[in-house]
Amino acid sequence: MKLRVMLLALLLPFLAMNKVVLAAQDVPVIAAASSIKFALDDIARQFTQETGRKVRISYGSSGNFVAQIRNGAPFELFLSADERYITQLAKAQQTPDQGVIYAVGQLAIAAPKSSPLPLDANLEGVKQFLDSKQLKRFAIANPEHAPYGERAKEVLQKLGLWQDIQPNLVFGENVSQAAQFAVSGATQGGLVALSLAVAKPFKARANYVVIPQEYYTPLDQRMVLTLKAGETAKLFYTYLQSEAAQSVFADYGFARAMN
Amino acid sequence: MDWEALLLSIKLSSVTVLILIPLAILAGRFLAYRHFPGKSWVEALVMVPLVLPPTVIGYYLLVGLGSESWLGRMLEQLLGHQLVFHFSGLVVASILVNIPFAIQPIQRAFEAVPEDVRDAAACCGMSRLKVLFKIELPMVWPGVLTAIVLCFSHVLGEFGVVLMMGGNIAGETKTIAISIYDSVQAFDFASAGNMSLVLLLFAVTVLALTTSLSRRVGGQHVANRR
Repeated sequence: MKLRVMLLALLLPFLAMNKVVLAAQDVPVIAAASSIKFALDDIARQFTQETGRKVRISYGSSGNFVAQIRNGAPFELFLSADERYITQLAKAQQTPDQGVIYAVGQLAIAAPKSSPLPLDANLEGVKQFLDSKQLKRFAIANPEHAPYGERAKEVLQKLGLWQDIQPNLVFGENVSQAAQFAVSGATQGGLVALSLAVAKPFKARANYVVIPQEYYTPLDQRMVLTLKAGETAKLFYTYLQSEAAQSVFADYGFARAMN
Repeated sequence: MDWEALLLSIKLSSVTVLILIPLAILAGRFLAYRHFPGKSWVEALVMVPLVLPPTVIGYYLLVGLGSESWLGRMLEQLLGHQLVFHFSGLVVASILVNIPFAIQPIQRAFEAVPEDVRDAAACCGMSRLKVLFKIELPMVWPGVLTAIVLCFSHVLGEFGVVLMMGGNIAGETKTIAISIYDSVQAFDFASAGNMSLVLLLFAVTVLALTTSLSRRVGGQHVANRR
């Protein structure tokens, strides 16, 4: 008896789930770098309001998405944090073309409001803290595979901090995780995407200062339709290039894309 | 609170348990009673997912079952869809990852069945199937229960494999563990906290229930034997 009840209890949610999966079927799945989450959520909401069409967005790290798309992931549109990933896909003929740049990412130094770390565009505060051995932990995204991490490394190298700061660095799997470290108080601060620093939940917890763009190679964020793209995905792709969408990106601290 | 992800995780756990446990009962019994050359290698192979990082398994599945591989392409033609980035792929992954958690407790339970009981059953002329259902299963039930609980809770918490080969697609492969990770990254600590609490309460409740249940079942057996 007990066995039967248990089996039934196990089966029930299975039956209930099928509906949920079916209802979502004609909605394209879009892969997007986690650095654009807040902006893209807003844009997708506007898009749905204006066209009545829905999209499903999966946020993650661009490098991981490339591996998944190459292995046949069902994504119809891919918004990368860096254009190099798109070039790779295009070369491997996984996309019909090279796509377009939709926004240019910027870096910011951020720290929790309670952090003693002084914030400034030239990282003088970080240098000072490093010299006086007050710096404990400092977060950046992993420079090995996260574009924002790579640029953060460039900035630290350019300002002559890279060698000395090594023992203090904490790497996020992607820039969102780095930002999460930087605002939660897990570290004294970090170099993060400006688009995350200006987002509401972030602003409530942390202060930030924009890093000048001449300290790193431009973070051209490129997007591309995949071979699986359907009508809604194509419409969304066009919408992302519209003035309405571009101004949302600008609100979130992205520089304008010049294709 | 991401109910869709929670339901998806529960569904994944249920399907995995329903497929894996019957197989584990057969495999566990086989490993408990049979001796054959190379048995320790087979047992080692069964244990491998225990020590392998889930990301390694996820990587092999992504590359091995993806559209770049012949196996992936064959399965795609057979099933009409890909295994990776699809719920069915997560089921395959969960089964692989949970093999040791399913087989181990069941094998131990079979090993604990006294040989004279099985001999007596065989002497009575019972068929093998009948011995399994009438004599052995009632005795190894606590082990099976442990296996079910371990597998169920493990799938619920599985993260690395799903992240690698699932693609984080809502309603299809975005499980509760991935959803928690997403919420934390989006600074949505309220939602992450709620979901974590649900999982924590679930884990404690299930473990407490099984412990008490298996104690009761186990106790009966001791009484019967006397």
